[in-house]
Amino acid sequence: MSKTIGLTGDEAIAYAAKQSNVDVVAAYPITPQTIIVEAFSEYVFNGEVETEFVCVESEHSAMSACIGSSLTGARVFTATASQGLALMHEMLYIASGLRCPIVMGVANRALSAPINIHGDHSDMMGSRDCGWIQIYAENAQEAYDWIIQAFKIAEDHNVLLPVTVSIDAYILSHSMEGVQVQGDEETSRFLSTRKPVFTLNPDKPVTVGAICLTDYYFEMKRQQVEALKESFGVIHKVNEEYKDFTNRNYSTIEAYGMEDAEAAIICLGSTAGTAKAVAKKLRSEGRKVGVVKPWVYRPFPTEEILGAIKDLRALAVLDRACSFGAPCGALCSDILAALFQKGKELRIFNGIYGLGGRDITPSDIESVFNEALEAAETGVVKEPVKFIGVRE
Amino acid sequence: MVRLKDLTTEELFTSGHRLCAGCGEGIIARMALKALRGPTVIVSATGCLEVASTIYPFTSWRLPWAHVAFENAAAVASGIEAAYKAMARRGAWNKHVDVIAFAGDGGTFDIGIQALSGALERGHDFVYICVDNEAYMNTGIQRSGATPHGAATTTSPAGTKIPGKPEFKKDFIGICAAHGIEFAATASPAYWNDYMTKVTKAIEVEGPAVIHVFSPCPLGMRHDSDKSIELARLAVQTRYWPVYEVENGKYKLNMKVTKPRPVSEFLKTQGRFRHLFQPQFQHEIEVIQQWVDENWKRITALCGET
Repeated sequence: MSKTIGLTGDEAIAYAAKQSNVDVVAAYPITPQTIIVEAFSEYVFNGEVETEFVCVESEHSAMSACIGSSLTGARVFTATASQGLALMHEMLYIASGLRCPIVMGVANRALSAPINIHGDHSDMMGSRDCGWIQIYAENAQEAYDWIIQAFKIAEDHNVLLPVTVSIDAYILSHSMEGVQVQGDEETSRFLSTRKPVFTLNPDKPVTVGAICLTDYYFEMKRQQVEALKESFGVIHKVNEEYKDFTNRNYSTIEAYGMEDAEAAIICLGSTAGTAKAVAKKLRSEGRKVGVVKPWVYRPFPTEEILGAIKDLRALAVLDRACSFGAPCGALCSDILAALFQKGKELRIFNGIYGLGGRDITPSDIESVFNEALEAAETGVVKEPVKFIGVRE
Repeated sequence: MVRLKDLTTEELFTSGHRLCAGCGEGIIARMALKALRGPTVIVSATGCLEVASTIYPFTSWRLPWAHVAFENAAAVASGIEAAYKAMARRGAWNKHVDVIAFAGDGGTFDIGIQALSGALERGHDFVYICVDNEAYMNTGIQRSGATPHGAATTTSPAGTKIPGKPEFKKDFIGICAAHGIEFAATASPAYWNDYMTKVTKAIEVEGPAVIHVFSPCPLGMRHDSDKSIELARLAVQTRYWPVYEVENGKYKLNMKVTKPRPVSEFLKTQGRFRHLFQPQFQHEIEVIQQWVDENWKRITALCGET
């Protein structure tokens, strides 16, 4: 039986992890993710779960313990943010390289220095090449839904890769929403238990994490590339199954108003909600704008995004992180590369916004739409990379 | 105590690995695996033992073995132990599995001390064996927190001004014992019976246990490769490497050395100390002898020996 309850983004992630019957949670507190660890601790200390909770001494050890547990065959969950994710960086590559289907909630927060506890995507963007499937949620409902789906995607034998589910710091992590949750038993049935391929089983010994030199390393990495490609099909399959289970629709991207849009915004996470609200208003005034929200950022859903923007005349790409010294932000460079590979041209500009939790308002978004519409009309991009809402 | 004729002839750490001739680590690993009590999973930190025993697609390990990284063997072992507990709880596993982590002195004294401290504090049921060859030998002989005073390494060279490492070795067992764990001990591969008995004892502890083993390294310590076990014995007989254990906070001396040989006998067999025998640095040998004497006095006092 599903029901609607009030949950913050952090609580929604913890609740989903609880319903996913995880064997091991190894985690460390860090703002603004801490509520996830706290909520899960309560489940453990109140006997609501059978999970082994390893309250480690650092994020580095959190991910190390998660890898150990995952290699043993357990279903594993953890959560982190910002500096914690940065401290885990080394282990992120090992988790994907050893094909550990770990699921991790990330409350996206700015990176030091200067220290700042508010939201932006610098933490995840710093780890975008780590071989994990990377999902961004727009609200607490999506965070809940994606965590449950993430286990099914990660543990699929054609994938066997770790997955992050991101929520924006405070805007989602600490804001309460009505979240429709499924019943415990139905969720258990939907997920069933993990069926690992190789484990550290004394009855069938295997060596894991051997040294692979010039003769084998490259092939291992090539297989990871293939597994990420394979995951598209699995993600879509799991989305279908989840739709049957919950009647909620997911895919690699969400397209809003794109059927007739001339100009659009593409962005990740909670900002897409604001963008859709503004687009709705502008569309009611007869202006042809739309929004593309990639749920899945890695693997990059090239086909779906290009399909959604094929009839556009101008696109604004919003990045909530700086790629210092690069020609543009990370999302923008991915889109430019995808278009170029397919020989497509489009008027594009990049807006860097919201660093360190700087608010992005509906009027900021409206000006971006106006600029995109102007570029669509004139065919001229005035400023290829602009900073939104910063004092110059 | 173990009897030689009772030892298993089964080799769980097989030949064919690429450790150097005379390497202590292979001997120490092989002996540990002959002292197991049942199903066991091994974790190795990055280091010589790991790279030389698992060059893909080969492995020397006839039991489940995992390497994750350099600094986190204790954290990985924590995760494995936790997973088996959780899987047993939901009926997906029905045997007790012992977990043993091997790490070198760099991966233990320095970069891995935090992960180890965390795992000891949390009380995971595992055995941690530190194979101490007293420097980062795998990366080509750099000083670690376990390198003794005066030893020449590539980052504490035998200079004309500074003759090798100025600092002294950490009291690793003291650090472990301060966590209040049930069992921590030192050992030397020259005294196989003492070492293997300790491995068995450590496995039987329900909780964390640590064994700190002297590991000769012909390449890094620069000694003859056919003299490894002799060196490991000399380390004990000169009181350089006191063999003792701490059980529930109680120190016990396992190897009495009533007539110690001077530490110079231990030093002179190794190229890493050769520069100390030059006239201008000979006082350093006295400094080392003094450290050995004081360390012995401190430990025997803790052991209640006079």
